[in-house]
Amino acid sequence: MIPVEHVIALSAALFTIGAITALMRRHLIAILMAIQLMLGAVCLAFVGFNRMWAASVESGALLDGQIFALMVIAAAAAQVAVALGIGTEFVRKRGSANVDDAASMRW
Amino acid sequence: MSAEQLIFYALGALALGSAIAMGLLVRSLAASALCLATTMLSLAGIYVLLEAHLVAAVQGMIYAGAIPLLLLSVILVGGLRDGTFGPPRPRQANRGVLVATAAVLLFGLVLSQLPSFAPFAPAPAGFGGFGQLGMLLLREFSVPLVLVGSLLLAAVVGAAVFAKGGAVE
Repeated sequence: MIPVEHVIALSAALFTIGAITALMRRHLIAILMAIQLMLGAVCLAFVGFNRMWAASVESGALLDGQIFALMVIAAAAAQVAVALGIGTEFVRKRGSANVDDAASMRW
Repeated sequence: MSAEQLIFYALGALALGSAIAMGLLVRSLAASALCLATTMLSLAGIYVLLEAHLVAAVQGMIYAGAIPLLLLSVILVGGLRDGTFGPPRPRQANRGVLVATAAVLLFGLVLSQLPSFAPFAPAPAGFGGFGQLGMLLLREFSVPLVLVGSLLLAAVVGAAVFAKGGAVE
């Protein structure tokens, strides 16, 4: 009974908020959290569309959207682990977590 | 308006509110991480409404559990405090909230002009449950499953290398 266009509107709104946050904040971890929000919004779109096509396949269930959402969540977890490692190394070397300090390509 | 729709709108409003709070309103990084957890938890609730039970459980465990836990442990303990550079200044934050609200309203306007889709047909029994998804993962999607496992292994090894103190010479 949930209109799918409302699900997609929510997904688009969350993605936009994540994008604005990623562009406005200057702290490494804040940008990382905004990227996670964007990925979560994309997962919502996948699951919403998957529900739309739920009963329209004759043989078995079409669950591709949910499988993809699972892969996105797993990739996001790996991404956070590595990004936090890089972040701590970054702060150790430079003393601040401001991404504006990452202006050169060498340590 | 059915109960399902009401719950969806409530969870959606919670997700939007905590997303805006996470990015632009809260004054500390730890509070931002908690707002991210709230957003992801409300998304997990929406997944349950959309008959995606396994995805909801995994989202609750990882996106609303493990990832904020990692973030909080690094923020509070690991030296990534917002000491030298913290949350946005009030004028910038208000500008950000304005832009976010304008974008949300614009999206709402555009999406409301679309022709409405048919309401959801009733899902077959067991749709989105652990059984069906597990069978799919182990049969048709076994290669992506193994690849994701290798990705996670590579991520763990990389994180361990960074924890040791940088790239091996």
